[in-house]
Amino acid sequence: MSDLETFRQETRAWLEENCPETMRTPVKSFEDIYNGGRNPEVDHPDQVVWCERMAAKGWTVPMWPKEYGGAALSKEENKILAQEMAAIGARRALDSFGISMLGPALLEFGNEEQKKEHLTKIARGEIRWCQGYSEPNAGSDLASLATKAEDKGDHYLINGQKIWTSYADKADWIFCLVRTDNTGTKHEGISFVLFDMDQPGVTVKPIKLISGNSPFCETFFDDARAEKKNLVGEEGKGWTIAKYLLTHEREMISGMGAAPRKSLGQHAVDIIGADAGGRLASPVLRQNLAQYQLDTLVFGYTMARVGDEAKAGQGLGAASSIFKYYGTELNKRRNELNLAVFGERALGWDGDAYDGGTLTRDWLRSKGNSIEGGTSEVQLNVISKRVLGLPDA
Amino acid sequence: MALVLNEEQVMLRDAAAGFLKEKATVAHLRALRDAGDATGFSPDVWAEMAEMGWAGIAIDEQFGGLGYGYTGLGLVLEQAGRNLSASPLQSTVLVAASVINELASAGQKERLLPGIAAGQALVSLALQEGPHHAPERTQTSAVRDGEDYVISGCKVLVMDAPSAAQFIVIARTSGSAGDTAGLSALLVDADAGGLTVEPRAMVDSRGSGALGLADVRVPAANLLGGEGEAYSGLSRALDIANIGLAAELLGLSAEAFERTVEYLKERKQFGRIIGTFQGLQHRAAELFAELELARSIVLAALQAVDAGQEDLSLIASAAKAKLCEVAQRATNEGIQMHGGIGMTDEHEIGFFIKRARVVQHTFGDYNYHLDRFAQANGY
Ligand SMILES: Cc1cc2nc3c(=O)[nH]c(=O)nc-3n(C[C@H](O)[C@H](O)[C@H](O)COP(=O)(O)OP(=O)(O)OC[C@H]3O[C@@H](n4cnc5c(N)ncnc54)[C@H](O)[C@@H]3O)c2cc1C
Repeated sequence: MSDLETFRQETRAWLEENCPETMRTPVKSFEDIYNGGRNPEVDHPDQVVWCERMAAKGWTVPMWPKEYGGAALSKEENKILAQEMAAIGARRALDSFGISMLGPALLEFGNEEQKKEHLTKIARGEIRWCQGYSEPNAGSDLASLATKAEDKGDHYLINGQKIWTSYADKADWIFCLVRTDNTGTKHEGISFVLFDMDQPGVTVKPIKLISGNSPFCETFFDDARAEKKNLVGEEGKGWTIAKYLLTHEREMISGMGAAPRKSLGQHAVDIIGADAGGRLASPVLRQNLAQYQLDTLVFGYTMARVGDEAKAGQGLGAASSIFKYYGTELNKRRNELNLAVFGERALGWDGDAYDGGTLTRDWLRSKGNSIEGGTSEVQLNVISKRVLGLPDA
Repeated sequence: MALVLNEEQVMLRDAAAGFLKEKATVAHLRALRDAGDATGFSPDVWAEMAEMGWAGIAIDEQFGGLGYGYTGLGLVLEQAGRNLSASPLQSTVLVAASVINELASAGQKERLLPGIAAGQALVSLALQEGPHHAPERTQTSAVRDGEDYVISGCKVLVMDAPSAAQFIVIARTSGSAGDTAGLSALLVDADAGGLTVEPRAMVDSRGSGALGLADVRVPAANLLGGEGEAYSGLSRALDIANIGLAAELLGLSAEAFERTVEYLKERKQFGRIIGTFQGLQHRAAELFAELELARSIVLAALQAVDAGQEDLSLIASAAKAKLCEVAQRATNEGIQMHGGIGMTDEHEIGFFIKRARVVQHTFGDYNYHLDRFAQANGY
């Protein structure tokens, strides 16, 4: 038996024994996702059990080095783990910005002490993180950010405001872009710092979204304190780290529109009916559905191709620049089609008849996909300039 | 299978790119057109292609081919699309050879395929009758008479009709228009009595023609496959043909797009390079994304053919529909972003839109294949 085959067998057996039955049901809403933290939101006690077991194996962050809480799995092993989890319908044990965004940045730019300190806590779900990038006057033009960090010897004193900080009200720590110098160009003088949110100088005010949920906040810093040892990379060189992290954020967001098992077209036939030839009885809707499904299929092949090309050393990486733009626009199309197919059932706001308004709220939430992590327009700017080489105005 | 080209395929693609860029370009196509050449391609250049083995790329080695598979043929077709290279690669190598492969007996394959693989036999499929692709609506009839079949009807859009030595005529031996059962494939020599080949000038300036069949008599041995049983083999061959045409459309669209982006970097208006206008930048960037998607589905579909995937209908229709959409957009934007010069015959961008529409239409356009895709998905 090959090593990989052995790994598969062992993984299957371990999952079978350790994954609680309750964690083998599909994730229906955000509450089903476990994010960890000092005061974790626990929807079901098994979430904690499952996270602890997976963390002990290093499988909350399977590909990270062992000394930082991972299992040092190869790409192939990681794929097998994902396949075996999918086979029994196992949920991811832990999901967080620490894993998807800060982790990769720290692995690349953090010093040994920072990695030891922060990565292990992310892996075990002990500390929940939020992202302090955007400000009221620095959105798409992020580099014009103004939150000020003053050098006080062993620490920075931070003053200013962030906005759209997702889950700032639930997070324990923040990775934050601050200005340590404003004498150079706007990209210079930005620093990447980490600090504890549990201090008097930090206030958060939740903002309610059109979906009715309050996942993000205004975050105010009034003489907040960040220890110097938690400056990542060099002072004034934070923009490089910020950009590196954004690429990981964009990857995460573009993968959000994974296709469900039963196609929307089949749902539509159940609800609306078909003609004698088996064609959906609403021809215009049918065409929209087919176009969406075609693009989804082809986008899936594109993600696979870019991955395979990178593995074979053939990729220029140009194609990956389309993922954030295309993936989020697709996800918005899918949500619009949900409304078109499910009709009244996708317009409910609350109550059991509408499953708590899930379809409706997901639809509204999807509008943010093409804004968060860099808007679609900004992605198109990046493709035009970096990939096609079109000149600046 | 990994969605990447192997070393052999990369070499083939580069060799095809190099050769076609020199020998079969848009300028050559223009020269053929202006000379009023009904053949529509240069026999000398075709002979060189055949010498390199391209006529037999996808044909099994046992029948004199290279056995590189359809991924290999697709790569050459993509380069042919980039250069708008005129040759019988589509009519004979992609389409006719595939029909023979799917329908013919071992003995027939032994007689027919080596000649195609050597680039000597030009064979073309005669299928379409009306303004749209609709194989099951075939009305051309073939009636058994002793040891012969007697064929009557008309065909249009027969590729390379003026130069083909043989046609594979799809005719009805039973049933009526609309039935998939009762279709048969018959080999007809170009000089058969009662057959008229009428060259027709099409917008892409390629060799094309209509066939008139008035009691054309062929021996029963010319039947490919069982009588009345051609539909399923023909469908599979058409799936393969559409995947190959999608590869051609990919090359054509990518080339039209790249030429357009180059123009955006050159042309100045209002004192600036027009490529600095965001209204144009975003349209170019969206098209870039669509082309990346198009490249993926073409490769996936070619690999599905080579892997012997049993039912190709879904992926073939996905590939053709997507490439029709992308080619339409790339060629339309190509003209629009060139402004007035894009409307001139002197500029080459117009050749791309002309060829694109013929390839899009051939064996089913966007509407046809999106409909088929939805059906294959159960709605
Ligand atoms: C759901 C959600 C979660 C988020 N979470 C976080 C978070 O956790 N942390 C965080 O820091 N931020 C977060 N954000 C903020 C997000 O990064 C910003 O909203 C985004 O970068 C856009 O900035 P803005 O809102 O200021 O819009 P603006 O930049 O003001 O954009 C307004 C419009 O102008 C367009 N525009 C701007 N510049 C250009 C240009 N050069 N060319 C063409 N069009 C342009 C934009 O595309 C957009 O359509 C989140 C946002 C959302 C929606």
